[in-house]
Amino acid sequence: MEEKEVLVKVEGLSKKFCKDLKTSLWYGIKDLLSNLNGNQAERSLREKEFWAVKDINFELRRGECLGLIGHNGAGKSTLLKMLNGLINPDAGKITIKGRVGALIELGAGFNPILTGRENIYNNGAVLGFTRKEIEEKLEEIIDFAEIREFIDMPVQNYSSGMKVRLGFAVAAQMKPDVLIIDEVLAVGDLGFILKCFKTIDLILPNTAIIFVSHSMPQVSRLCDEIILLERGRSEFQGKDIAKAIDLYYGHFTNNQKNIVFTDGSLELENVELLDVENVENEIAQILWNGHLKIYFRFRVRNPKMEIPNFNVSIFDKEQRPLAILQENLKPSNFKIKNGTFEFVVIHRNIQLSKGIYSINMHVSKGKFNTPILRINDILKFQILHDKDIWPPFLLASTFEKPT
Amino acid sequence: MSLETKIYQRENNFGLGDLLKASLKDIYSSRFLARQIAERDIKAQYRQSYLGIIWAFITPLATAAVWVFLNLSGTIRVTDTGIPYPVYAFSGTLIWSIIVEAINAPTSSTNSARSILTKINFPKEALVISGIYKLLFNSSVKIVLLLAFIFLFGIGFHWSIFLLPVAIFIALVFGTTIGLFLTPVSILYRDVGKIVSVGLSFLMYATPVVYAIPDTGIMKTLMEINPISPIILTTRNMLTGTMPEYLGYYIVIILLAIPLLFVGLVFYRISIPIIVERMSA
Repeated sequence: MEEKEVLVKVEGLSKKFCKDLKTSLWYGIKDLLSNLNGNQAERSLREKEFWAVKDINFELRRGECLGLIGHNGAGKSTLLKMLNGLINPDAGKITIKGRVGALIELGAGFNPILTGRENIYNNGAVLGFTRKEIEEKLEEIIDFAEIREFIDMPVQNYSSGMKVRLGFAVAAQMKPDVLIIDEVLAVGDLGFILKCFKTIDLILPNTAIIFVSHSMPQVSRLCDEIILLERGRSEFQGKDIAKAIDLYYGHFTNNQKNIVFTDGSLELENVELLDVENVENEIAQILWNGHLKIYFRFRVRNPKMEIPNFNVSIFDKEQRPLAILQENLKPSNFKIKNGTFEFVVIHRNIQLSKGIYSINMHVSKGKFNTPILRINDILKFQILHDKDIWPPFLLASTFEKPT
Repeated sequence: MSLETKIYQRENNFGLGDLLKASLKDIYSSRFLARQIAERDIKAQYRQSYLGIIWAFITPLATAAVWVFLNLSGTIRVTDTGIPYPVYAFSGTLIWSIIVEAINAPTSSTNSARSILTKINFPKEALVISGIYKLLFNSSVKIVLLLAFIFLFGIGFHWSIFLLPVAIFIALVFGTTIGLFLTPVSILYRDVGKIVSVGLSFLMYATPVVYAIPDTGIMKTLMEINPISPIILTTRNMLTGTMPEYLGYYIVIILLAIPLLFVGLVFYRISIPIIVERMSA
């Protein structure tokens, strides 16, 4: 296939920010003055400054989508502001071809007192439409936003969802060559989000998209290249989406196991995975379709206590519950000895897809399942497989001749 | 297919001429946006009010009324103004308020657009132009009021009245030019706005707004140096049909204000990214 034209080219892009407001304002005055004579000088960090974005390079062609991920404060929004031409870089160069559209704030230019209809014109004007263009698209916008009934009501009485829908309906009329999207899709209900994605899918083939999000399912769905930002620097850059997402989650994995609730009668002494393949970065690895064997040892306060019910559940990296293991039998087949008891939970032929998972435990007693202990993130494990898929399960299957 | 190419980098490697050309081009291309912003603000301003437009001249009328009262009651004796004092005071305060609004307009339009400035890239010149639109709207209301006064006090019609809109427009250009230079700094530091408003309220008394230039003394020198004096006086002359006294100085001011307006536009244009950077979202 013929390579499409490069629409965005970013070379050695850097931007510094100041940590202190008063100093920042003073630097602002200085910059205003030095700007008057071109400000060609090399820029280095002044006192109290830091690099918010440092040395970013990429190229983006029509039809491609670049994902920018990284935790809060990693420099994503600063990078977007530079791409959008709102602020000037301190080093490096951005070359953008064509019309740039930004979905950074929906409904910019809205005045709450004015009606929805009037605000379509306000918002459209800010986005660069002419009056004629807006008039032509007015009906389409109202229908897309699904607020015909309320279009002549002041926007201040709209629900936040309605405001966002109206804003997106106007923005969706843009036919940009380069589209910048910053987390706006996080608001709104499911129907709205699906609609947004449908619109983006439609324009993607003719557009270069730069997409910032904390939602990895969205990122993996849209993007074909990722930059993982960490303290303004690019920590990972490439087309291996799964690896980038793993690295991103890696930043959050070092959280300690936490006891959410305990009544003091039970204490987890030891937990570990048995028969593991390998241990990397303190995470035990198991082959796909191998056996998940978790060893537990508990200390009890009252040696005569009845063995409670143990619920072990598996969560993915986004803390979504995926599965729960069957409860222990009653009466239980293990006994308290020297104030402790131990057992191994086994799940054979685990068919979770490649990735890192964590285990939560919930212990309760009696007929009414009174909680006595709840621990999140007891341990993590990684499933190894050569196939990279997004759904949480890769279920073993065979394709056979019908009988 | 040819696509417009934008380059963002540290150096702003354009000459004054190129920047001015870009600025004027953006003013033209964003004419709808500018109108829309002005329309939005004017509509929104009056939708929640019954008296509406009347508020636009209540402040200058009140100031003038105070001076008319002080003068009539003999508390303050002003130099002979040559025309009925109420006309003098009303016209002075109205023209003064137009100039003050023009000085504040670029700052206030830019300030009120903070939330979109930090998120959306649009021609910023539209903010300045929308400010001028709003001023023109408010001023036209005031002109009608002024004309009413002229006839009410029997000064009558003069052909020079047709020059009044031109004179008002020049006052707007003068104020906007000053405003453009103040805006970047006054957005960074709130102090500047305060200093300007305090300074202007002092300056009003060194301008022939509510009394004429005295014949002698330090005040005469001050008022004759003050560049706002010829603007107020000449505009008032257009209104009353008297021969402008400070026409020479007035023309000098116009000749300075127009090129400075362009420099101001360029300064505003290159300052915006720096302001946005230091501005909270």
